[in-house]
Amino acid sequence: MDPELRREIILDNYNNPQHKGKGTSNYIKVNTNNSSCIDNIDLWVLFEDNIIKDIKFDGEACAISTASTSIMIKELIGKSLDEALRFIDSFEKMIDEEKYNPELLNEANVFDEIYKQANRKTCATLPYKGIIKAIEEYKKRR
Amino acid sequence: MNYKDDFPMLNTGIIYFDNGATTFKPNVVIDSMDEYYKEYSANAHRGDYDISLKVDVAYEKVRDKVKEFINAKRREEIIYTKGATEALNMIVEGFFANILEPGDEVLITNSEHASNILPWYKLAKNKGIDVNFIPLDETFHITLANVKKSITDKTKVISIAEITNVVGDARDIKEITEYAHSKGVFVVVDGAQSVAHKKTDVQATDIDFLAFSAHKMCGPTGIGILYGKKELLEELDPLYTGGGMNESFDSISEVYYKDLPLRLEAGTQNIAGIIGLGSAIDYLNSIGMDNIYYTEQQLSRYLIEQLSKIKHIDIINMEPDSGIVSFNVDGVFAQDVAVYLNKYNICVRAGNHCAKVLKNSIGVKNTVRVSLYFYNTKSEIDKLVELLSDRDKIMKEMI
Ligand SMILES: Cc1ncc(COP(=O)(O)O)c(C=O)c1O
Repeated sequence: MDPELRREIILDNYNNPQHKGKGTSNYIKVNTNNSSCIDNIDLWVLFEDNIIKDIKFDGEACAISTASTSIMIKELIGKSLDEALRFIDSFEKMIDEEKYNPELLNEANVFDEIYKQANRKTCATLPYKGIIKAIEEYKKRR
Repeated sequence: MNYKDDFPMLNTGIIYFDNGATTFKPNVVIDSMDEYYKEYSANAHRGDYDISLKVDVAYEKVRDKVKEFINAKRREEIIYTKGATEALNMIVEGFFANILEPGDEVLITNSEHASNILPWYKLAKNKGIDVNFIPLDETFHITLANVKKSITDKTKVISIAEITNVVGDARDIKEITEYAHSKGVFVVVDGAQSVAHKKTDVQATDIDFLAFSAHKMCGPTGIGILYGKKELLEELDPLYTGGGMNESFDSISEVYYKDLPLRLEAGTQNIAGIIGLGSAIDYLNSIGMDNIYYTEQQLSRYLIEQLSKIKHIDIINMEPDSGIVSFNVDGVFAQDVAVYLNKYNICVRAGNHCAKVLKNSIGVKNTVRVSLYFYNTKSEIDKLVELLSDRDKIMKEMI
């Protein structure tokens, strides 16, 4: 991806993050944070019949974490659990420099070179740790 | 002064502004530890042979150096620990756990380091003591008036840092201790950020306990000091028992511990670390503690003067008494500022600096922290200020 475009998308999602806010009591709430740094994000996820209906987030985090959260949420809303898990798996493989499917990831491809900054990998994957927790919680409750 | 010849790390091209976390080590410290490992690597208090005797002498000589350095009255009042954290835990668990009753009160502040909060919280949970906070003024300082207001009949201990690690304020320990003692209240001082930066005199301040770490004063990691008045240390229960601290143990009912200080130093100690600490003290003395304090104040004033000129920078502590300056860049998360500066080999700290409760006082959770030491220079500060002066550049390069 063109580095200028990459930067633009990340900054845009950082400065105008989508789906910022708090969910209501029918949402599953999870917290996700990095012990090694200071990012701290709450995710609210609304599931209905194995579909992710809505996600909201709130908290304090760096540009990479915030942008990654904003992008992830946009991509996951409307997906079924299976589709969401495939997306998450592909994203994690990209970060770990394994074979992954870029076509699945759309805008999340902006993080395809984050592996070059080891200290930023945990920032990019922060929301993914959270959504996995939320999905596990949903499966438990079902 | 140019310290490049003294510190290998000052020749790496790195600009290091995280001295609150740990400091660089001069060659004299590294060499003295090397020498121990290469030339007289033996245990202490054990041997009947020359190199072990040499270790014994070195081990106890450093105790004397520490005693002089903080002006303790007696050498038995100096106990080797792993660092400030271990020393604070020993003070709380070994001493105060045995004398405090449920409902007794400990006073701390919102700007304490986790190592001076969590041991007390643990005691609060296990023993039912109360932990309360002396309020800070608008510039995050403790005032004697606030100390007076906070002390109640229940107050038994005040436990505070002499210099805090987030806003760099220095407390008037002598004045606070004088008042506390008049009310029968013990004073514990966390010296992690102060002993390295200004002259410490435990007799002049008359404090009861002091904790500090060698690695924040040009010494090695893994070694620190617990100071306590002799009559109090006598009552401090060893958290560890074992080799080196016992006199004899013929049966369960016939266990005898050694006298201070060895009673509180169970097991083989960090001998290389102790030797390194001794060299660090010699080194700091050769520069002079007053000189170090003065140099840092000059540097932090200069930094604040320069940063104040930048509109998009919000300085948290306009009046630090030390080399610690915390700030934020408008609209940029602290960690992103640190990542940006790292690209130019400048090390600063982003975060809550282990003083998590401070957010209650300063209203922001995270800051960028610059913590200076005497070996930093104005030209390093100029470089930092130049990089921070262009907000668009930060926004562009932080990711
Ligand atoms: C004020 C203060 N107290 C205690 C500590 C703990 O020191 P150590 O980690 O060396 O035990 C620190 C270290 O950051 C500190 O800044």
